[in-house]
Amino acid sequence: MSKNQPSPLSQKKQLRPVTKKNLVTYAIVIVFFALFQTLTVTGNLKFAYQSLLVPICTNVIMAVSLNLVVGVLGELSLGHAGFMCIGAYVGSFFSVVTEELIPVTWVRFTLAFALAAIAASIAGILIGIPVLRLKGDYLAIVTLAFGEIIKSLVNVLYIGKDSNGFHVSMSSSGLNLLEDGEVILKGPQGISNTPKDSTFLIGFILVMLSLFIVTNLMDSRTGRAIMSIRDNRIAAESVGINITKYKLLVFTISAAIAGCAGVLYSHNLSSLTANTNNFGYNMSIMVLVYVVLGGLGSIRGSVIAAAVLYALPELLRGLADYRMLIYSIILIVMMIVNNGAFFLKLRAKIAQSFRNSLQKKKNEKEAA
Amino acid sequence: MKFLSQLISGISLGSIYSLIALGYTMVYGIAKMLNFAHGDVIMIGAFVVYTACVTGGLSPVLGVLLAIVVCTILGVVIERLAYKPLRAAASLAVLITAIGVSYFLQNMALLVFGSDTKQFSSVVSLEPVSLANGNLVITGETIVTIVVSLIIMIALYLFVNRTKPGKAMLAVSEDKGAAQLMGINVNGMIALTFAIGSALAAIAGALLCSAYPALSPYTGAMPGIKAFVAAVFGGIGSIPGAMVGGILLGIIENLSKGYISSQLSDAIVFAVLILVLLLRPTGIMGKKINEKV
Repeated sequence: MSKNQPSPLSQKKQLRPVTKKNLVTYAIVIVFFALFQTLTVTGNLKFAYQSLLVPICTNVIMAVSLNLVVGVLGELSLGHAGFMCIGAYVGSFFSVVTEELIPVTWVRFTLAFALAAIAASIAGILIGIPVLRLKGDYLAIVTLAFGEIIKSLVNVLYIGKDSNGFHVSMSSSGLNLLEDGEVILKGPQGISNTPKDSTFLIGFILVMLSLFIVTNLMDSRTGRAIMSIRDNRIAAESVGINITKYKLLVFTISAAIAGCAGVLYSHNLSSLTANTNNFGYNMSIMVLVYVVLGGLGSIRGSVIAAAVLYALPELLRGLADYRMLIYSIILIVMMIVNNGAFFLKLRAKIAQSFRNSLQKKKNEKEAA
Repeated sequence: MKFLSQLISGISLGSIYSLIALGYTMVYGIAKMLNFAHGDVIMIGAFVVYTACVTGGLSPVLGVLLAIVVCTILGVVIERLAYKPLRAAASLAVLITAIGVSYFLQNMALLVFGSDTKQFSSVVSLEPVSLANGNLVITGETIVTIVVSLIIMIALYLFVNRTKPGKAMLAVSEDKGAAQLMGINVNGMIALTFAIGSALAAIAGALLCSAYPALSPYTGAMPGIKAFVAAVFGGIGSIPGAMVGGILLGIIENLSKGYISSQLSDAIVFAVLILVLLLRPTGIMGKKINEKV
């Protein structure tokens, strides 16, 4: 047996680098969860900080889901908050309607997640259809348009329930409810009295689940096909990769995950409304900032960036005013340093000089 | 009469969209990038006019001229600092940078001017014209907007097609490498495009805030995105396309506000964009570009 080939025994014990990387990511999340859960249970965490835990999970899930589109597929989506919006509204609607029908919380909540994921992935397929024909800037602007359309639609929609069933209308008077009727979705006032089912534990389980789905997808044959589309679309197409299929797949999975994040979000609030900051353009950009700062295509980076960048301004109140200004500057600088011709050359130069010095040392060693 | 008045205010709004869309389409044509920050240059322009006229007491004409100067410099500086280093980079990187610039301008304005909405005083002092026994009233802002836009579009059309720098711009947008070999200063032409686009944005900002007198750091974002829709509608890269697309979009928006639902007008505008891109991705007047391997 030659030196380079490890023995079968050691090969069994050796984890693949990708698996190792993923395990580290899981470990970080688990440690984070264990730490803060213990602090909460023992009463050592201030209430103001406790209330940050579920939103952190929401943001982490959103970042992981967007990274699948931007980092892995290489297409920019500016309407990701739209999928979250659909999930939030479908989930809340379901929970409010069935609150008395299904008294067991976890059954109802699981069903709400499933339903929201299905609804959001249908939206993902719908947005996927224009995606098939577009790429780059056009795709980005269509996703943006799509997010805004969803936000406008939920703001004019009224849904009520009475003994005859559901009534849908564009105005509160158009519902024509019977005496026993009740309006569930009230246009711009949204849905109120959603049961507060979201807990840090459920958030943690969802984060782990979405991490598991995304990391395993990336490590599969499908994932490699998706990344080949990102790296060179024409080459990928020429070796027979069905671009349409994979793009649609990514948008669907990513939308379903974002929909679940929406359910987590809406069940953490007593009243749900849609505005620019939670489901509009601003939210989509915020998530994009997490993904870019965490590193495009790096799932672990997204998790850490989302958690830190969400919590930081909440912890440092004085920073809140300057938060977006600082983030925007970081966004620009990161892009220029990572992609600008000057910095790429500089980096190559540094790498070359490093390599040269290594070679020199090696030569000296050999000479000695 | 309602239809006619909706139509006229639609054309007026559409002319503003056209002015903004011209900036988008020229930059897209020459630098092949979507300048997301264009909408926020409009907002900066409007704030300059506001500061100069309301706070500083300058005359409206001087205020608008000052805004044009400030925005032109701003456009060139943005191009030089943020976009020029990324000229050869992937479009995703450029797009994210542009979003960063857009957010930077918004938050800068937020810190400097505050988040409260300011009452913009109109730069137009023309009396409204009353037609058909007072059934149809056309405001001075509408008339000035349409006339100014028309003059600018004709001037721009002549500049691009008849003058040497204009033709050089066309050449650069056609083929950068060949243009450089012919002795055209490509970087200079790109800077010139940003300068013209930003100057138009300043005028658009003054006109927009005269017609809809509420000014906040977020004023520019939505018209900016809609103007991009207009540019795509008309065929991105095409100057006449941006004019036609802008006016059509303004009419569609105002008619849907008047006859369908004012809350849904934005959704309708965006639905138009998705439909256009699905049915005719090159827009009304765009050229089809074949992909080379």
